[in-house]
Amino acid sequence: MPALEVEDLTMYYEIPFRGFVRAVDGISFSLEKGESLGIVGESGCGKSSLAITLMRLLPKNAKILKGKVVLDGINIYKLPEDRLRKEIRWKRISMVFQGAMNALHPIIKVGDQIVEAIMLHEDVSKEEAWKRAGDLLELVGIDRSRLNNYPFEFSGGMRQRAMIAMALALNPDVLLADEPTTALDVIVQAQILKLIKDLQRKFGISLILISHDVSVIAEMSDKVAVMYAGRFQEFGSALDVFLNPLHPYTKGLLSGVPSVKGKPRRLKSIPGAPPNLLNPPRGCRFAPRCPFAKEKCFEEEPELMEIEDEHYVRCHFAEELREVPWDASE
Amino acid sequence: MPQSDEVIIKVENLKKWFPLRRSLSDITFRRPRRYVKAVDGVNFEIKRGEIFALAGESGCGKTTTGRAILRLIEPTEGRVEFLGRDVTRLDKKEMKEFLRRKAQIIFQDPYESLNPRKTVEDIVGEPLEVHGLVETKAEKREIVSKYLEEVGLTPPEDFIFRFPHELSGGQRQRVAIARALVLEPEFIVADEPVSMLDMSIRASILNLMLDLRDKRGLSYLFITHDLATAKYVADRLAIMYLGKIVEMGPATEIIDNPLHPYTQALISAVPVPDPRHKIGDIPIKGEVPSPINIPPGCRFHPRCVKAFELCDKKVPELMEIEPHHFVACHLY
Ligand SMILES: Nc1ncnc2c1ncn2[C@@H]1O[C@H](COP(=O)(O)OP(=O)(O)OP(=O)(O)O)[C@@H](O)[C@H]1O
Ligand SMILES: Nc1ncnc2c1ncn2[C@@H]1O[C@H](COP(=O)(O)OP(=O)(O)O)[C@@H](O)[C@H]1O
Ligand code: SF4
Ligand code: SF4
Ligand SMILES: [Mg+2]
Ligand SMILES: [Mg+2]
Repeated sequence: MPALEVEDLTMYYEIPFRGFVRAVDGISFSLEKGESLGIVGESGCGKSSLAITLMRLLPKNAKILKGKVVLDGINIYKLPEDRLRKEIRWKRISMVFQGAMNALHPIIKVGDQIVEAIMLHEDVSKEEAWKRAGDLLELVGIDRSRLNNYPFEFSGGMRQRAMIAMALALNPDVLLADEPTTALDVIVQAQILKLIKDLQRKFGISLILISHDVSVIAEMSDKVAVMYAGRFQEFGSALDVFLNPLHPYTKGLLSGVPSVKGKPRRLKSIPGAPPNLLNPPRGCRFAPRCPFAKEKCFEEEPELMEIEDEHYVRCHFAEELREVPWDASE
Repeated sequence: MPQSDEVIIKVENLKKWFPLRRSLSDITFRRPRRYVKAVDGVNFEIKRGEIFALAGESGCGKTTTGRAILRLIEPTEGRVEFLGRDVTRLDKKEMKEFLRRKAQIIFQDPYESLNPRKTVEDIVGEPLEVHGLVETKAEKREIVSKYLEEVGLTPPEDFIFRFPHELSGGQRQRVAIARALVLEPEFIVADEPVSMLDMSIRASILNLMLDLRDKRGLSYLFITHDLATAKYVADRLAIMYLGKIVEMGPATEIIDNPLHPYTQALISAVPVPDPRHKIGDIPIKGEVPSPINIPPGCRFHPRCVKAFELCDKKVPELMEIEPHHFVACHLY
């Protein structure tokens, strides 16, 4: 049984008098225990929205229209908020937020903040919680004596480590990490990614990693979902998606990424910009930017189809374009 | 190669130290003034038509170097020779007529660098007016349109009346580039010009900059924290650590064959867009120290996995270890 199954998850933000921002629009996937899924896509395509929808930590104007989130056989979307809060959120499914480094309270000691998070959910004494907070800091590579420090005494990388410690405090089965290294320097980024990977292996955690950085996703993921305009456009193993991309958007995205390895080649970009999700284009949402778009693309939206074994693509012409490389004029 | 051997900018022993505020007790007890040594003795030259990249982690002094060269901040020490003239000695008039015309800067954040209350036409045309190069509105519009076309904002009529908030990030950065081009400079400092942009459009801005180099023989100081981008655009590359260059040479050579232990750590940490590649342990210790208390000897020694007795005693000079490949490390 998969650790997490998501089916047709749909969440729109309501904008009074203007309509709905279709940020999460019919997302389905499943994740095995200990597996990592990378979600990649441009800014504004709905990655963070998907994460907070999974956690059900939504702003007031968010409306969940439909969908199932099944954790270990239980549809957590059927649970009332108080049970979700007591039994599921942070305990079974946990999250490191985008820009989390700056989310620690500035004038409370790091140790006290971790203790508070533990005691809020578990019936343990203050001493026990303090000891566990120390263990957690050591787990993420920080000396336990630093429990007495204030956040400003930590570097950015250490604060991010502390946030990871907090997300792992209650031994979750699933960890969501939304851009966990985006503001960090490359060496610290590599160290944090390695830490996440090691902890994931050690505890058999299922990881959902969100990033706009294609290379980070390639390094970290078993499976990859390419998200565009609120929808998964391509989904499959990291090897398939990166080495044999079938959706034009994925091809375009990968053509623009420089690498320190190999001979430099002329990079290519994707013309235009992602659509406004208040009013997404009719037909294929990528059609206005797709160099291969034909009439059908503007009329009918393709479905996510299994084009090769466990390799899903949302494009009318995925088969025909199989061997055709991305080639947009600049 | 559009590159020539003519050196257009030569930077010698450039330093920028920012004084720290002193407390009352510092003054009472006559403690010496302390400094943030943001740039601490940097040397390099850039040839006509060359793209020279300056890379390193945040806070290592890249931006400060770029700004000090253009005297957007005053250098503490050193010499900057640009087109044969010592930039540090220019007076106000020469600054305006020479430096501010021949050299331009493009900033990291296209959201902040453009005046939100001005139209694209006024933003791009402003340098022309400041330097009194246009007399009529029609003249200004003609020149602005020409440069908008050159940076790919076509047709220009669609853009001249827009305000920055009506443009995407990539379009804004194109406007910033058009603005930098109108005075026909020979040298551009580009400070992380694509790091705020979405992946899908970075390539088009980098290609635009490469094409402008090819067409106009422009030279760039290209500041970036991303070595993959540096490898793509740069002819030569310098790696900075705590205000000093630790390695410098042809970009592909430095990235494929790094010699300095810091460069080696940096490159091993760069993620690669290939799922078969996995990042291992990074050969480095600890975290970047503050540029106020720079370690003695080799400033990298507390973090270096190859440090030996000499390293905390003697400062390693930047030496040519292989042809055109310079390294500041006692191992070589
Ligand atoms: N509270 C909200 N109300 C209305 N619209 C919102 C709200 N939050 C996000 N959106 C919109 O939903 C869409 C998806 O946003 P989201 O933050 O999920 O994108 P993302 O993929 O995480 O982007 P980034 O890479 O920039 O973090 C965007 O169009 C955004 O403007
Ligand atoms: N105006 C300033 N006053 C004091 N310190 C500064 C100032 N500008 C930059 N610094 C310091 O100088 C160092 C180098 O900064 P910077 O040149 O911006 O680095 P980079 O561009 O490589 O990230 C940093 O420690 C920074 O905090
Ligand atoms: S469906 Fe049409 S427009 Fe959409 S990606 Fe495929 S070819 Fe392009
Ligand atoms: S000089 Fe010594 S400490 Fe500095 S980089 Fe070389 S080996 Fe390391
Ligand atoms: Mg986000
Ligand atoms: Mg900078």
